[in-house]
Amino acid sequence: MAHIELRNVTKAYGTGENRIEVLKNINLKIEEGEFIAIVGFSGSGKTTLIKLISGLEFPDEGEVLYKGEPVTGPSHERGVIFQNYSLLPWLTVRNNVGMAVKEKFKDWSKDKIGARIENYVKMVGLSHAINKLPKALSGGMRQRVSVTRALAMNPEVILMDEPLSALDALTRGTLQDEILSIWSKDKRTALLITNDVDEGIYMADRIIPLKPGPKATLGPEFIVNLERPRDKTELNNNDNFKKLRNSILEYLIQIGKERASESKNTYTLPNLKPILKTKLFQGVKAGV
Amino acid sequence: MKDKSINILKFIGLSFFEPAVRLAAGEDVKKNLTELIKKVVFPIVSILLFILLWHVGANKLYNIERDYKIETARKSGGETAIATELKRIESGESTINSLPSPVSVVTAFKNLIADHKIISAKKSAFLERVAKTNEKRKAQGLKAITYTGRPSFVDQIITSLKTVFAGFFLALFLAVPIGMVLGLSETLRSSVNWLIQIFKPVSPVVWFLLVYMIVKSLTLTYDGDVSFIISFIAVGLCAMWATLVNTTLGVSSVDNDFINVAKVLNLSVGQKVFKIVLPSAFPLIFTGLRITVSVAWMVLIAIELLSQSPGLGTFVWEEFQNGANDSNAKIIAAMFVIGGIGFLLDRMMFSVQKLMTFTEA
Repeated sequence: MAHIELRNVTKAYGTGENRIEVLKNINLKIEEGEFIAIVGFSGSGKTTLIKLISGLEFPDEGEVLYKGEPVTGPSHERGVIFQNYSLLPWLTVRNNVGMAVKEKFKDWSKDKIGARIENYVKMVGLSHAINKLPKALSGGMRQRVSVTRALAMNPEVILMDEPLSALDALTRGTLQDEILSIWSKDKRTALLITNDVDEGIYMADRIIPLKPGPKATLGPEFIVNLERPRDKTELNNNDNFKKLRNSILEYLIQIGKERASESKNTYTLPNLKPILKTKLFQGVKAGV
Repeated sequence: MKDKSINILKFIGLSFFEPAVRLAAGEDVKKNLTELIKKVVFPIVSILLFILLWHVGANKLYNIERDYKIETARKSGGETAIATELKRIESGESTINSLPSPVSVVTAFKNLIADHKIISAKKSAFLERVAKTNEKRKAQGLKAITYTGRPSFVDQIITSLKTVFAGFFLALFLAVPIGMVLGLSETLRSSVNWLIQIFKPVSPVVWFLLVYMIVKSLTLTYDGDVSFIISFIAVGLCAMWATLVNTTLGVSSVDNDFINVAKVLNLSVGQKVFKIVLPSAFPLIFTGLRITVSVAWMVLIAIELLSQSPGLGTFVWEEFQNGANDSNAKIIAAMFVIGGIGFLLDRMMFSVQKLMTFTEA
């Protein structure tokens, strides 16, 4: 049984003429302990996919199954790392993480909860900033807190919605490693949504492109046959990596072109002349 | 020391003194001197110009009234009448109630303070005299004898402040909970929206009358200070709308990201309200409360005037009715006191607002 399974999932927003089917016929199986990356263009419905799996939204057709049971709402078992960090600006790092820990481990003593918070914050190297408010942190630090918040609840699945796309390349690299090291410790199931093919290959076991929406569907999967732990600098010279990267990019470029040609409908403009209300200027131009 | 005092100044909203502090510490003299001139010297110059304009204008208005009196005297009795009229004006027997000059306002203010000292001396002497009797009365279960003399200007300021704070807390305890409930329930919001829209623009005078009608019937057997009760309730009801509307808006427009966090963490309804919704609405709620304090102080004067609660509003009205030589000067002095206290109240709320507002990450 797959850990997470999506069967013929269709999701639309709006009603009547404005109804837009964002996702159409999505089928996906994620096994326990797998790291899946979904790459796609922006606006192709990637965030909607995460919301469906996390239980923040529900499909119009088809089902989202978690351990064989339909998803009925958000659960502690599926931690979400949001793209825009979504830290509560009035709480310190400790309290932002603490809110999640207290919620998950309700019967724990204060000391135990405190220790867990400090442990997890230390893991992402933010012990010095534990009593700071999010506004005093840089983007990378904030995302680290967001990662910590999701992981401190000890979820079985980590859902990541473009967690690193707002960060600079260097911070991105460090955080990728941090997420990987945490993931590899107890091999949780992970789903990463990204727009960066390299990031996908570096981190995931399988890469699945999402064809651009509306009516986005999943493309053919690419299996990443690279030994873990992976080394970034070595990867750049690895033939396997190069090949995989090229084939994924080619595929993406191809579906991008297809989409462009699909929308190449020609529109004939009505044969109208604009009515100019400024007769004064016309008069001036005509020398009247 | 320097940075600390600058931070305090910034916090209480008096950041225009910042260059003076920096200058005193001998930091970047040239730059801070220009800053000081810009932020402190220019305002002082404009205050002086204002006083000059006031002085000239007051003189002019005084002369218009004086000339008119002399002219009337000349018409009725010729040169001798003019001489007597001039004497009467000189002695203050014939009152000229024009705009008072700055000097006379300062004098009036000093008189008010001196008057306060006299009254409070009288009051403490009186209380000392009746202290023993009061103890006896207390033992007999009777009410203590209180001082019933005329309240001084400072007493009236204190009464006004009491009224405004009582009104403010009434507004706080009514508007914030109601606003939260309305913000959370769209059905309730749309069903009472008409009520809010109709009552919001009602004038303080009408609020006073409405409160009077209700409180009067309820306090027929109560022998406490009914005028105080009426005025603080009216002030509260007048001033609560800004907070009510802001709280409703703040609670109903919580960032979707925060709601998603609450959902993902599986927070209960109570926790969602108190840990996510309310804190994220704080900035708007405290902006509303700041407006409420300003409005409360503004309408207070009119409401006290009507309710005869012995505060600044009553003081102004009584002085106007009194029409003595220095009445107008006292009214203007009261005006500056009212303005000054309003400014201080606003600064106070500004600090509270800053303290309770988070900066968006």
